[in-house]
This record gives sequence, structure tokens and C-alpha cells, in this order.
Amino acid sequence: MPERMSIISPTGHLGFTPIERGSFEIGLERPLDAIVADSGSCDIGPQPLGADEHCSPEAWQRHDLELMLLAARRLGVPMIVGSASDTGTDRGVHQYAEIIRELARRHRLAPFNLATIFSEVSRDEVARRIRSGVRVAGLDGRPDLTPDDLARTDRLVAVMGVEPIIQALDQGADVVIAGRSGDSCLFAAPAIRAGFPEAAAYYLGKVLECASFAAEPFMGKESIIGTVTAGAVSATAMHPGQRCTVASVASHAMYERASPFFEHVAGGVLDMTHCRYEQTDDRTATVTGFAFRRDPVYRIKLEGAGKVGERAVSIAGIRDPYTIRHIDKVVGWARSKVEERWGPPGARYQLYYHVYGRDGVMGAAEPRRDAPAHELCLVVEAVAPRWEDAEVICALGTRNLFYARLPEVRGTAGTAALMMDEVLRGKPGYEWTVNHVLPLADPLELTTVKLETVGR
Amino acid sequence: MTAKPLVELAKTIRSKNAGVDQITFDIVFRDRESYELVKRSGALTIETVTRLYGVPRERITAFVEFDPALAIKFTIRRERPSGSPGERDVFGAQQYAPLFDLPIPI
Repeated sequence: MPERMSIISPTGHLGFTPIERGSFEIGLERPLDAIVADSGSCDIGPQPLGADEHCSPEAWQRHDLELMLLAARRLGVPMIVGSASDTGTDRGVHQYAEIIRELARRHRLAPFNLATIFSEVSRDEVARRIRSGVRVAGLDGRPDLTPDDLARTDRLVAVMGVEPIIQALDQGADVVIAGRSGDSCLFAAPAIRAGFPEAAAYYLGKVLECASFAAEPFMGKESIIGTVTAGAVSATAMHPGQRCTVASVASHAMYERASPFFEHVAGGVLDMTHCRYEQTDDRTATVTGFAFRRDPVYRIKLEGAGKVGERAVSIAGIRDPYTIRHIDKVVGWARSKVEERWGPPGARYQLYYHVYGRDGVMGAAEPRRDAPAHELCLVVEAVAPRWEDAEVICALGTRNLFYARLPEVRGTAGTAALMMDEVLRGKPGYEWTVNHVLPLADPLELTTVKLETVGR
Repeated sequence: MTAKPLVELAKTIRSKNAGVDQITFDIVFRDRESYELVKRSGALTIETVTRLYGVPRERITAFVEFDPALAIKFTIRRERPSGSPGERDVFGAQQYAPLFDLPIPI
């Protein structure tokens, strides 16, 4: 085991918005052992996974991959990118691999080994395991996975742990493009492979996964460097205006997680309950005291999304104070006109009224929904299996805001202002159908690693 | 007894998805004094959250005092997964505002 290992993290979501070049280049002047970034998230909603599309522009993905690839090849250190192209599906891995090949040709890079790791899982494979008696347990309060859940699912990915990435590095990969991966595992893999304790390696990943979000003041897409030794992890901000502090690093432990004490990864849990934080220089915080416990059974997270229907959206404004006071009646009227023709909402259609200016952001949880603004914006959202139906339901549900029947209304020429009498076609509606964990006999059984030589 | 709104004692009040089924809330304090004051006040508890957000107790999946970050943190399970049809806040990023005015006795 080397005495220390340093990894630079230039972005918390490669391609989502471009990497800031300045702090990345400052970081490249320091001793580095790997350049690593995660490129996906389930934060973006279920549509990209379900439809198997990327939500980041390819120009930005290419920009970020180019910066990292040229730096990694110049320094001769591994480059690891996981959850390729927002979703981490096979499509994303193929897309990023093709970008790497193009960049290698264009920059006439000396030959190097490119590993691609695929972690998409078929519905049939999961269904077969359920039939054979495997329990696929739900996360965050969900019940166990059923064949019905799978029938509603269009696409599934397994969130890989460190093992496939270590396998790729063992095979001599210089550049790794991985499918859906645990964010922290991308950083932990090279550290575990080099012999560092799992606890320190996973903590390194935890602190680096969102790049400059672990530093202060708040900035996105700036680089930070993490350094691991046998018992400690240090994080240093590379942007001249940012610092990694005890507060910023501790605060990052709880970002986007229900618990600041436990981080679950494939195969175990990082325990941060007894972490000690120390300011070791002006821009560096150092953490010790983490622990890692392996699960008795290796389990891997599955994410899946399925299509609900086509989505139509339209927009209406309301200014009449009497109508605003009776907005629930107005919406009730419009709903009733839709139900007259289409029956109650359910499998045939779903219809939502987002009332901005009252509770558009928080819905029933809005404590001030009794005090609406002087004008309201209603966004009408209709979802139905066929686009033609979604469009008609949306139009019916919007135009009837205009014809609402209120006993005292003065404005008898129309009870809503239409920005345009038009229905907009949104991307189809999807939902997260799978958020579960699957037990595995072998951590590598759902992933495939392919190796190729790229470059002139 | 006088009171201060929580927003005057905290340096960060934020909300964000914690996975696809939960939204987590972080309240980070300026200094240990403000943090301890709010902890001791009993004004921010699981019961406060159920009342403020109109959610039943069983949908609050975590409530944690996190000393190293001078933070109080709680997590609410969503009624439907993030980004489903009818979604109001895909990232769960704008659900924290009702915390601002929570009165803290001082």
C-alpha cells in the first residue's frame, strides 16, 4: 500500500453543466493518482432512465470528458467515469465510449486501454430471480418488488459497487466508462485496489462525489482533491475562493441523505458516527474515525422507471379576486366537465392542476394556502396512454377554467386569461417503479467488463 | 418570553431529495450557541414537523441532531416517488420555506 493516494473530482455530475476549467487546472499541478467523476443521478426524475435518454447536452458531456481525458493521459493516471450519460444504461456507456474513441483520434493520443462496464439488467432476469424465491426488498419504506412492479418498468439498472471497477483496473484499464455506479464507489475503487482500508476509501468517495459542494462558500463544478492515508481522509478546495472546512465537510456528509451517519453502498455500510473533523490547513479539512461494515449478504441496489403515459400541459392565469377566492370551485367545475366525458381519473387518464400563487410548489403541505396572491397561474397537466387523448383532456380541463360557473361572478365573458389557447406536448410521464435491493452471490454477476485499445 | 424566527438563527435551511422516495431537510446553525439554543428549546421536534407540514408521524423517517455540522436534520417520505405525473418539485429543493418563521423561544 502506498503511503497516500490523491484523487481529483472536477464535477458532481459530469455533463450536467460544464466543468469550470480554472480550478481543475490548478488541481492538475498537484500530485494526483486518478481523475474521477460521476455522471448520473436519480435526482433528474424517472423520465431519462425510463425513456433511456440523456438529459445533459452532448456538447457539455464531450467538453467534460475531453478535459478529463487529456489530463489523465498527459499525467498517465487512470480516469474513471461512472453512471455514464445521466442514466448509466448501456446506451450511456456506448455513447461515452464513442466520445472517448473520437477524442483519442482527434488528439492523436498514444494507445491506451479503455474499459466499458455494463450494468443494465433485464426485467426477465429480475423476474426469474423473484420466481426462484429471491426477496427483492424495497428501500425507504417500499414493499418488496413484485412481478406487477416489473411489468410497469421499462428499464432497470443495477447500481454497481467497487468490484467491477477494480476488475477493469486489474485488467489494465487506463480509462473506465462505467454504467450506473454508487457515486462513492467510483473513488473508493482505486483506493481499495491500492490496499487502503475500505472505511477510508469509501469516506474518500463520500467526500469527493459532489466535488466543490464539500467546500464553502457554495459553488458548483469546481474541483476538489481528496487524499487518503491508512487512517485519514483530507479534502482540499482548488478554487482560490473556496475552502474545505470542518463545517463544509461535515455538512456534506448529510447532503441528499436521510442519515449523516451511515452511507450504504453495494456490499456494506460506511459508518460516520464517530468521525472527527479537523482543520489541517487554511483550505483543507481532515477526517478520521470512520468505520466500514460488510453486509452478511452482498446486496446491490436496483433502479427502474416505467412509462405512465403521454403528457400534455397548458397554462391559464386568473386575476379576478372573486374567482381567486373560489379557485377550488373553478377547478372543481373544470374537473367535472372532464369527468363527464372521460369518467373519473385512473388508468384512462390523470389530471393535475398546479395552482401557482397559492400552493403550486408545496401542495397540501403549504401552510399559507389560505392566502393566495392577487393573481394565480394554473398549469394544467394531463397524462393519458395516447397523446391524442392527453391533448383533448388537457384542452377540456383548461378551457373549462374559462367557462367556470360561479354565482356572483362579474366577469361573464371569461373566468380565465389564456396566455395562448394551446396545449403543449411535454415529455411523457414516467415513474420510479423500482427502488429496491437484490441479493447477489457474486458482486460481479450482473456486470460485464469489456476492454479495448484506443488511440493512434 | 421572547422568540426569534428560526431563519435568524440558522445559516442554511435547505431541502433536497434523499433518493427517489424521500425529501431531507437540513438546518445548519451559525454557531454552537444557536445550535444548542434550538436543541434545548424543544421548538423543533418531530411533532413540530408533523404540524408544520401536515404529515403523519410515520412519514417522518429520520430526525437527527448532527453535532459535527451544528445541524438538525429530518426526512419526510414522499407521497409518490419524485418526478411522477403531477410532481411539484422534482428535486425537492423548495420545500423548506415553512421552517423560516418557526418561533424559537430565547
